[in-house]
Amino acid sequence: MSNAVSTTRKPAARAGRPKGDPGHGGQRNAALAWLTVPALFFFLAFAVVPLAGVLILSFASWDGIGAIGSAGLGNWFSVLADPGLYNALGLTFLIMIASWLVQTPISLLLGVFTAGSQRYRAALAVLYFLPLLLSSAAVAIAFKALLDPNFGLATGLGLPFLAQDWLGVPQLALGLVIFVIAWQFVPFHTLIYQGGVRQIPRSLYEAAEIDGAGTIKQFFHITLPQLKYTIITSSTLMVVGSLTYFDLIFVLTGGGPGNSTRILALDMYLRGFRANLMGPASVIAVILVLIGLALALFLQRLGGKDKQGSQLEGM
Amino acid sequence: MKQSQTSRRSFLALAALTPFAAMTATACGTSGPGTSSSGGGASMWYLSGEPNQTTMQKAVDAFTSANPDNKIAVTYFQNDAYKTKIKTAIGAGQAPTIIYGWGGGTLKTYAEANQVDDLTGWFDENPDLKEKFFPASFGAATVNGKIYALPNQYVAPIVLFYNKELFEKAGAQPPKTWDDVMSLVKTFNDMGVAPFSLGGQSRWTSMMWLEYLLDRIGGAEVFTAIFEGKPDSWMDPAVIETGTKIQELVSADGFIKGFSSIAADSNADQALLFTGKAAMMLHGSWTYGAMKKGGQNFVQDGKLGFVQFPTVAGGKGDPKNGVGNPAQYMSISSKATDAEKETAKKFFKDGILTETVIDTYINSGSVPIVNGIEDKLNTSEDKDFLNFVYDLAKNAPNFQQSWDQALSPTAAEALLNNIDQLFLKSITPQQFAENMNATLGK
Repeated sequence: MSNAVSTTRKPAARAGRPKGDPGHGGQRNAALAWLTVPALFFFLAFAVVPLAGVLILSFASWDGIGAIGSAGLGNWFSVLADPGLYNALGLTFLIMIASWLVQTPISLLLGVFTAGSQRYRAALAVLYFLPLLLSSAAVAIAFKALLDPNFGLATGLGLPFLAQDWLGVPQLALGLVIFVIAWQFVPFHTLIYQGGVRQIPRSLYEAAEIDGAGTIKQFFHITLPQLKYTIITSSTLMVVGSLTYFDLIFVLTGGGPGNSTRILALDMYLRGFRANLMGPASVIAVILVLIGLALALFLQRLGGKDKQGSQLEGM
Repeated sequence: MKQSQTSRRSFLALAALTPFAAMTATACGTSGPGTSSSGGGASMWYLSGEPNQTTMQKAVDAFTSANPDNKIAVTYFQNDAYKTKIKTAIGAGQAPTIIYGWGGGTLKTYAEANQVDDLTGWFDENPDLKEKFFPASFGAATVNGKIYALPNQYVAPIVLFYNKELFEKAGAQPPKTWDDVMSLVKTFNDMGVAPFSLGGQSRWTSMMWLEYLLDRIGGAEVFTAIFEGKPDSWMDPAVIETGTKIQELVSADGFIKGFSSIAADSNADQALLFTGKAAMMLHGSWTYGAMKKGGQNFVQDGKLGFVQFPTVAGGKGDPKNGVGNPAQYMSISSKATDAEKETAKKFFKDGILTETVIDTYINSGSVPIVNGIEDKLNTSEDKDFLNFVYDLAKNAPNFQQSWDQALSPTAAEALLNNIDQLFLKSITPQQFAENMNATLGK
């Protein structure tokens, strides 16, 4: 049945705007086009214009205060020759991959768990979602205070193993950043997976049960394949989102110790607003945009070209 | 019929859009403190934290109640956050009327971009005001021979604080030489007490060590050459020796475990000293007031000791040299209206460093930068510390302004970043010197 729906929907969608009909349809479309104006306005004002501005600034020398001068390709050469850029790039990808590896399994399992209809699961789900309500800066300040080696949790609870120099040792600080990011964002992705799991038809599980599949088999052969697009959506948000991690790391470590958590977005900020080098900072912004676009495209491809394809075919 | 339908829809769409457009347009026009005040009201941004915040608020309240036509709205910010915010605001033309700062390289960028008013003429018209302050306090307010800021508040040299109780327990004397420092490190580590407290995450805290060490090893001339941008001035052997000594101190566990995790904004570094977890702390003299207020009678019970930074054997620097902030500064935004500027100038003249404010500073353990306060210092309950600071500032053959304030913002950010890595030992002193040398002239 759903097979029929999915095959008829596509032609219908294509036929929605018949080219040869100058009458009612054309009028309607003109009116509809007007409705896109607000969205278009905001897109132009808040995405296209700043983007163009950044592109222009990347060829300029400006300290953010005085007059703007031309720098030609100087900024690009100096930034691309700077080992700091490659350190920041490496860290960005490291945090991106590590965050994905940590967050995806946890949110997937939590999502499956909280999708169940039992009361206690609903109660636990509410608790899991709490970090979602806190701002990144608040989360960072709280963790910073809790992890203070002298006055933090370790002293308060009398747990000496917690008294590490969490934010002072490069590897520990990096691990901690990945942990705190996961702590903050797992609830969000859990929510996405919960919704995804709830949309899987019960009949699939009932059929599997009749065929004698256990919980684990059901998970790998029904839940996981059915969540394909949910996983892609969640991964896209995670991966592209990790390019913009800024506030949390800025407050937690400020990019330190040394440069060990100075990811690209932070590097951009510190160059632009601390070191007053708006030109090189804009170069990094352009690089960030390019990476973000490339990643989004790649992930879209990963999901297959046929976005209209139903996961319920054959049902 | 159809025609009218279309235009009605277009009209509706436009009607839906207009409020948004109007909203964005007005949001751009009226936000920000620079234009929010009306009439003769001036705006000012200032640092939060005690005792400064209360002192300033009282001064402003007293001024506005005496001058009801001249309102001043003050907003308070944390130190590290303020430094970035004010720069962005000035660049965006949204600066407050009164721009608070530390003079030096940052003030120079403002002055060269014509963002702050030249006050030279105004000081000439008010010679009494100019003669009120320590002459040395005008150095960091002067760019190319013109005065761009009013010095105010207090002189704040960097002082070596120590916990007298712990020193008694250890039977030790405060360090006079660098060798004393290294042997005290061993003494206190053996006692299970951290030798030095340090809020290393703030980075300028670590910088204070380099400032004094370089002065003691190479003399004031080394940094003067750097400040003037002379070629290869960072490659001076004294810089490399300074870095080496710092890394030796870090390797000997001279600083408290986890110092890179501690930020000075939370005052945790001071707490380590007054709770007896660390024996010594190199910090600005302003922490005296903060420890007196927050240190559970540590200061009042006479447990806080203070000495000048020790000498280094074979060093060229005068042991009387000081480093720190010669004063704090206030400039007037050139973007402010004339009425706002008048209010600001009136406040500069009548509202700041009044007798009440001077007394408040002295009572909180700071030395205001005004001449003729010796009697007041001598009758204060903190007279030991106040006279120590006063003499240090007055007798110093060279009083070096903090490096991150003296240098340009670009060089200062590179400096703080490299100092962090130097303390982490992720770069060698040689690399530190080379990295910094590349920032000369920037």
